[in-house]
Amino acid sequence: MDLYLPIANLSVNALVIVLLGGGVGLLSGMFGVGGGFLTTPLLIVYGIPPTVAAASAASQVTGASVSGVLAHWRRGGVDVKMGAMLVGGGVLGSLVGAWIFRLLQDAGQLDTVIAVIYVLLLGSIGGMMLRESLQAIGLARRGEAPRPAKRRHHPLIASLPFRTRFYKSGLYISPLAPLLLGLATGVLTVMLGIGGGFILVPAMIYLLGMATGAVVGTSLFQILFVTAAATMIHATTTKAVDIVLAGLLLVGSVVGAQVGARIAGRVKPEWLRLALAAMVLLVATRILLGLVWRPAEIYSVELA
Amino acid sequence: MRRLAALVPLALLTAQGQPGPKPVLVPDVSQRSIRIVYSFTGADLLLFGAILYPGGRLPRGERPVDIVVVVKGPTESVLVREKERLAGIWVNADQLRYRSAPSFYAIASSRPIEEIVDDKTRAIYELGLDSLQLSPASNAPSEQQDRFQQGLVELKRRVGLYYAAPRAVEITGGVLYRARVAIPARVPVGKFTAETFLIQKGRVLAAATTTVDIQKAGFERFVARAAERNSVVYGLTAVAISVALGWAAGLAARRL
Repeated sequence: MDLYLPIANLSVNALVIVLLGGGVGLLSGMFGVGGGFLTTPLLIVYGIPPTVAAASAASQVTGASVSGVLAHWRRGGVDVKMGAMLVGGGVLGSLVGAWIFRLLQDAGQLDTVIAVIYVLLLGSIGGMMLRESLQAIGLARRGEAPRPAKRRHHPLIASLPFRTRFYKSGLYISPLAPLLLGLATGVLTVMLGIGGGFILVPAMIYLLGMATGAVVGTSLFQILFVTAAATMIHATTTKAVDIVLAGLLLVGSVVGAQVGARIAGRVKPEWLRLALAAMVLLVATRILLGLVWRPAEIYSVELA
Repeated sequence: MRRLAALVPLALLTAQGQPGPKPVLVPDVSQRSIRIVYSFTGADLLLFGAILYPGGRLPRGERPVDIVVVVKGPTESVLVREKERLAGIWVNADQLRYRSAPSFYAIASSRPIEEIVDDKTRAIYELGLDSLQLSPASNAPSEQQDRFQQGLVELKRRVGLYYAAPRAVEITGGVLYRARVAIPARVPVGKFTAETFLIQKGRVLAAATTTVDIQKAGFERFVARAAERNSVVYGLTAVAISVALGWAAGLAARRL
């Protein structure tokens, strides 16, 4: 079923896009990540212009995170104070991201920088997850219970001023810490079209030392608002949000996310993490190869 | 046929000023406008017409004529970038700006264009993918300009926006011609021109131009306009749709 995308200016097979959204949604439901890191590259591979892909993928992540936030909210798993700090930083970060996006676009280095950031981020986080999940699986095999890691925040975080209490997160830290963390992910959201969950969650656990019960809900809360802000920023600056493309992706991904969440309940979490790590590393490798192999197109054309 | 009749004076005009009785082209096109709607996957333009000889038919002993049809999209200013290997990875290095590159270019001819006219004529009338005049906005060495131009044309050719179809023009009985030009789905919007050339012995005897208007229509036009003119409302709508769909799916899943 062919459908013309009014902003991307090309005709796509609607079913392929819905299935793509569904596949990403399935994974995001299973692993609790937004899946933007898969959507954007896959859309580019399909032939969607990179700017339109990044701009439209952000709104897909918004949709995918809504039901997650609601579910965690009902359980009391969202630290609104912490979330507000993250969102504040995230909105600032998305403005910074939009500025960098523009700068790189003018210099003609946007695609390369995006690819390099993807490789570095996905490679390091995928590697960390792989190691951690393999250790957990090894421990489970030997019948040992995993030692609960001591919850503590990074000494650098403790040195920041204006400390305040975050009750749900069980923390007494400076609000600057989540603000800066939100800022960093906000930059990435606009540039890469990702929610940033796979950066936020480890950072909240290992840097801030948040109570685990509030981590996923609060990170989804931040992702919801920051991807919405990123969509607005793209709509007003690059004007590259394709509402038809986003709608198709959403229809697939919200359904996929629900199915994924059900599957996730039946699989051991360390195996889920191993699978996610493998997938993240696979995407990183694919993008890396794209950088080092001689590209099929040496020349690129843009309107000027 | 009224359209066709209306074009006769235009065609006559283009052939004026040449000595002796010359044949005249009466061109027409199957669609004056193409509307891009949700189901648009490209379109087929049929370019057809008649060659009017002074005596009603090709004079005896004369060499047969050739017809060349060129369909061009609105020109655009483009920036062409060239990738180079730097520290192991491929990055954009040199760039060159062209002030007027056609956004779409298709050339159909009754015989391969190299057999019909010489290089000079091809350069004058921009006949053929290697004869486009793109007016580079730089004083880079001509070797570099040629390289970039080849890169640009090759890229556009691969996405189907530039192409040559030798032998795609059929001439019937020496007086009627027709050519089918495929317009791909990736086509830009705007005023397209279809130029028809009548060529004999390497000389252009007559030329005529018709226009085709390609525009988005209906919902596609509404969305493209909203994104451009009411970007804040457009963005809010996109966010609202995302939230609503996500919420609905969450509710539906709880009921199941």
